[in-house]
Amino acid sequence: MQSAQADKSEQKLLDEPRCGARIIIDCLQEQGVDVIFGYPGGAVLPLYDEIFKQNEIRHVLVRHEQAAVHAAEGYARSTGRVGVVLVTSGPGATNAVTGLTDALMDSIPVVCLTGQVPSYMIGNDAFQEADTTGITRPCSKHNYLVDQVDQLSEKMHEAFDVARNGRPGPVVIDLPKDVQMAETRVYKTKDQVKRRSFQVVTQPAVEGIEAAIAALSTAKRPIIYAGGGVINSGPQAAMALRQFADMTGMPVTQTLMALGAFPASHKSFLGMLGMHGTYEANLAMYNCDVMLNIGARFDDRITGKLDEFSPNSIKIHCDIDPSSINKSVMVDIPVIGDAGEILNALIAAWKSGGHALDAGAQKKWWAQIDAWRSRDCLAFNQDSGDAEIRPQHAIARLNAAVKGKDVYISTEVGQHQMWAAQYLEFEEPNRWLTSGGLGTMGYGLPAAVGAQVAHPDSLCIDVAGEASILMNIQELSTVMQYRLPVKVFILNNQWMGMVRQWQELLHGERYSESYTDSLPDFVKLAEAFGGKGIRVTKESELDQAIADMIAYDGPVVVDCCVVRNENCFPMIPSGKPHYDMILNDEDKRAKPIEGSGRNMV
Amino acid sequence: MTTEQRTFAVLVDNEPGVLARVVGLFAGRGYNISSLTVTEVDHAQGLSRITLETSGTPVVLEHVKNLLYRLVPVHSVADLTSYGPAVRREMALIKVCGVDKQRVESLRIADIFKAEVVDAGMEHFIFQISGEPEEIDRFVELMRQLGMVDISRTGVAAISRGAEVALK
Repeated sequence: MQSAQADKSEQKLLDEPRCGARIIIDCLQEQGVDVIFGYPGGAVLPLYDEIFKQNEIRHVLVRHEQAAVHAAEGYARSTGRVGVVLVTSGPGATNAVTGLTDALMDSIPVVCLTGQVPSYMIGNDAFQEADTTGITRPCSKHNYLVDQVDQLSEKMHEAFDVARNGRPGPVVIDLPKDVQMAETRVYKTKDQVKRRSFQVVTQPAVEGIEAAIAALSTAKRPIIYAGGGVINSGPQAAMALRQFADMTGMPVTQTLMALGAFPASHKSFLGMLGMHGTYEANLAMYNCDVMLNIGARFDDRITGKLDEFSPNSIKIHCDIDPSSINKSVMVDIPVIGDAGEILNALIAAWKSGGHALDAGAQKKWWAQIDAWRSRDCLAFNQDSGDAEIRPQHAIARLNAAVKGKDVYISTEVGQHQMWAAQYLEFEEPNRWLTSGGLGTMGYGLPAAVGAQVAHPDSLCIDVAGEASILMNIQELSTVMQYRLPVKVFILNNQWMGMVRQWQELLHGERYSESYTDSLPDFVKLAEAFGGKGIRVTKESELDQAIADMIAYDGPVVVDCCVVRNENCFPMIPSGKPHYDMILNDEDKRAKPIEGSGRNMV
Repeated sequence: MTTEQRTFAVLVDNEPGVLARVVGLFAGRGYNISSLTVTEVDHAQGLSRITLETSGTPVVLEHVKNLLYRLVPVHSVADLTSYGPAVRREMALIKVCGVDKQRVESLRIADIFKAEVVDAGMEHFIFQISGEPEEIDRFVELMRQLGMVDISRTGVAAISRGAEVALK
């Protein structure tokens, strides 16, 4: 079996037998885990008993298992470490499924321990039994049902190895109660565990790098399209991205997942691309002649209409996951490896080859980009004084208020998320926590909990919508219990705004069920959970409300009442090409950019 | 887009759930697996070889192949159809009931196909035949007319031709 190799190395038995639950705690400690997000139940009581007996690992009690996974994701995303979840069998495990799927889609390393009924009762419809490995097989990177206590330490360490290496993802370990209670003297350390079948290529092949450099160095209209892989690779990859962009002078756009990998203030940054990306980023993608995709996966929110996606470019795709290559967009030069290693190799090859882009072509390309930029696609009109607050303005003022601060920002899903992506400026990786692939409403508050637990002295803000926040609102109780100074900044337009926007644009303004009626009083709600509530309705009060929120030493919910029918633009309607962008309400029915988009420079 | 038939070979750790992971990649895309064989091929290392035949569009099949390789217990994947010529073999057990001329005829045809009689009674034979699946299809079609009452097929085992090894 996969343990064959490890068995050959000298394996010492423990002097005294230990129960499975204790072995699990030992493994977590050996893995350097300092916090677990969880919720107890019958099938994990032995584990909770062992947690009680030690002080090294902290347990954060959430109020719903979905939130436990999102909190672990927030922890993982903001630290670069593996997030750990502990839930019970049956409903505990099934509640975790949304979080696991979210982590799988966004490549977030999470290890989720689930309790299970005793192994001799599995399959008998026992109380709180669910086929956890069956249910989580398609929504985890890998999963285990450990039915022998002797295998426990090996599976635990392997799980961490699988979760963090390669393209990161969630790993589930299903732990029958009898296995937690059985005793063993077998304990493998993490160095004794190595799975033969799980081989990850991190170093790119030389041919790939050479081909990429050959294409990039002769490019006339290059673009770097960076994705979440740059964040997952670690802060040094973000540094390398900046270095490569600086030495080549190439423009950079980023996906939703990558925001912060490249500094927003950098002159070469074109903003986010895709469905709600900037005019300049999308048109540069459409018109480029060489595209360097580093750690992104050509998601459908990015590409729009596939057969018109960047039709005339040489596409270089750098990804640690070979199955991402040619999945939706056919590429010319695939490079398999870690984003940081690939960037380092590109930097070295660019230097040693003494390459430089054609200066004349660059001047022309940047002039074109500047012309697109001059459309100022994120512009909006905000009246002052007693005027209603525009949601874009609220985010822009929030951005101004947190500038230069040690801040982590999470979001829920919808219009507010896209405005946050457009108007918040991130200068560093790991500061932006959002649900990209799965688009999980209810992600932001627990993710902020996870980030705040990891960074107790930092400012952690959940930018929310009034609909999304209600999906995991119970986590305000977690916030209260651990005195986490999490700030919830709600853009309240009394709509499921993105649903309403699509109904306006695509379904004849028939607003079916997208009105959020019977909303709670968010100020009183905050107070009910021991926090501070602030309501703001006028432009003149906005800055003070934000300042009060930041200054308050404890949890705050800001109910920021905004213009109700604002749409999120720019927008490439689903299935449309990059040049077919709606820039604002005035031209939402027009095709404003056909000519200039189709014809390059 | 046109669909193509493919034979995949997958080398995996022999552990619980591995077959479900492999099969799930096809089922989740609505692709049917027309033939599937799994057996441990290396007892010391605990390795099993899965041979499966499916059909789909070339792009999707290539993607499924990449996804197969991404599974943690998978050591290697080979698309034997694309790799080059491969030997594909299957074995079948076929029970034929009948008397008199039908019985004699089935025996004669079995002889032509080099099928072996592995059980016999006054009113039945059980034939064992191995060969290419298409050849077995032809044999089965004839036996159907001669009183075939039951059939069990193993599914395809396949290996690439020549000295090279497709499944590294």
